[in-house]
Amino acid sequence: MATVTAPVAAGARTPERPRRSNPIKQGEGRFGFAMIGLAVLFVTVFTAIPIVASLVLSFFSWDVISPPEFIGMENYRRLLDDGPVLRSFGVTIGMAIAIVVLQLSVGLGLAVLVNARAQVWLRTFFRTAFYLPLLASSASVSIFMGYLFDYKFGVVNYYLGLVGISNVPWLTSGFGAATTIVLITVWQQTGFTFVLFVAALMAVPTDVLEASQIDGAGGWRTFVGIKVPLISPTILFAAVVALINAMQLFDQPYIMTKGGPGTSTTTVTISMYQQGFQNLQFGYGSAIAIILLLLILAITGLQFLAARKLVFYQ
Amino acid sequence: MSSLVPTGGAVVVETPPPTLQEHRVPVVPRAQRSTLAQVGRVVGLLILIIAAMTALGPLLWTLTTSMRTPAEAFTNPPQWLPLHPDFSNYAAVFDKIPIERFFVNSVVVTGLIVLGQTVTCTLSGYAFAMVDFPGRSAIFAAFLATLMVPLQTIIIPVFVIVRYLGLADTTMSLVVSALGNAFGTFLMRQYFMQMPRELGEAARIDGAGHFQVFSRVYARMAGPAIATLAILNFSGFWAEFYRPLIFLQTQDNFTLPLGLVGLQGNLGTGSISVVLAGVVLAMLPSVVLFVVAQRYFIAGVTAGSSR
Repeated sequence: MATVTAPVAAGARTPERPRRSNPIKQGEGRFGFAMIGLAVLFVTVFTAIPIVASLVLSFFSWDVISPPEFIGMENYRRLLDDGPVLRSFGVTIGMAIAIVVLQLSVGLGLAVLVNARAQVWLRTFFRTAFYLPLLASSASVSIFMGYLFDYKFGVVNYYLGLVGISNVPWLTSGFGAATTIVLITVWQQTGFTFVLFVAALMAVPTDVLEASQIDGAGGWRTFVGIKVPLISPTILFAAVVALINAMQLFDQPYIMTKGGPGTSTTTVTISMYQQGFQNLQFGYGSAIAIILLLLILAITGLQFLAARKLVFYQ
Repeated sequence: MSSLVPTGGAVVVETPPPTLQEHRVPVVPRAQRSTLAQVGRVVGLLILIIAAMTALGPLLWTLTTSMRTPAEAFTNPPQWLPLHPDFSNYAAVFDKIPIERFFVNSVVVTGLIVLGQTVTCTLSGYAFAMVDFPGRSAIFAAFLATLMVPLQTIIIPVFVIVRYLGLADTTMSLVVSALGNAFGTFLMRQYFMQMPRELGEAARIDGAGHFQVFSRVYARMAGPAIATLAILNFSGFWAEFYRPLIFLQTQDNFTLPLGLVGLQGNLGTGSISVVLAGVVLAMLPSVVLFVVAQRYFIAGVTAGSSR
């Protein structure tokens, strides 16, 4: 009797598993460290240390040639007075909001329309068509879209001319250039949100949809009342990813307009590139980079806060 | 996962009332559908067709224009079908820039990153999922925290480190600084976590070492996740422009996107069809891979959103 009760009592006192004595677990700790070693090394050297280094550098003045000099908050003070750089934050936020709104609404709309189709070949065709732009690099897209949106010879203005809208200054005016870059980014990236939404919509259980149909809900009410809440986690995910990407917009404006005309398409990342790598002001460039990071963290945080009210998790 | 996809903060929405019976209820028969609904379906299809034309149009124009002589390239209306294909532009690209060099550079850089990350992410993802070691969750949380940091924020220190390592202006600078990837580690960890632990325990009892359990049991089942990670990395790094722009100065070291932008800058509008031939050549490997492994491209898109 005593031999039966003793182990129970012992087990109740020490809930931890007897790790040491288990021969299967022997040497597991060392093995684990060996397995993560490479990843930890590369992530530390090329991500973790650079984050800290960026922050530290932002308090220094450094032109790469002479040794860095500590200047405290001077870079940040300078940033607050730097009109063009401040404007680049405005340009970035404006373009990012436009890109995210368009990319999500167009992607969701197309996903709903494709999901309503029963024929498999049609669905495959549209999925392939909407995904293909993602196979081109943003550099390639910037190149051929630059030709298509050309003021004089471009195909876009040619067709618009046929319907009476002539000589739209797509890339030669400030608003036009920002609009063009938003449009081509949406053109390329919508396939990403589309694929996400199609997958999410397919996962909506059919019995829920049938139930709503029996209760007399029409297509629109089913969409707003049932589908959207059920796929809201995916909408949030797509919004966060799209926004983080859009806040880092660089390739398209750099290649198509070099940030111009004027500073109308100079995004934060272009500002940072100009200050850091063209003017060789690594300290000031780092300060801009840190503010961009804080901005992205703040916006993402806000999105998640808003999502607490709006997103429905099963 | 803590950084991108939340799991908490659930808002309970009233579940729809249960249906009368358990069995499937027939959908409203076709004949009773209103004509309004049918009009809606036709309009929906029209919208889809217009959207598909918008998505494909610029790509088709790029392809056909790359087969027109430079003199006709900018003549409108555009030619949408290559009725008289002319491939001289493709030869011209090779004359104007060392595109074969760019191609090799892109293949080497992308290939080594794909291979390297397969190793680092698979090993670490397995350890975070299956191996007990002290500090595991803290280290993993630190990994995930780096996911939020944009590349631009760290590019100046990374550039300095690359120079310090003596890799300035080399293709290897692009490879070495991309071998660690917290997202890839996360992706592999999620996949290994779904695998039954009993398999490994059984192998251990049969006398297999820890690494053998990994290499002979679990790694062999990780094919789909490895393929997804490889495709994600291929798409990302084959198209990459930002780091090459900053790291590379010598034209011989350029990758394709950087080389093509340089070509576009050097040639005037007189020979856009030559530039477009280069664009088509650069896109070709992606298209071939997409045809072969489409489902891994799609899996790559949805990979991050799974909880």
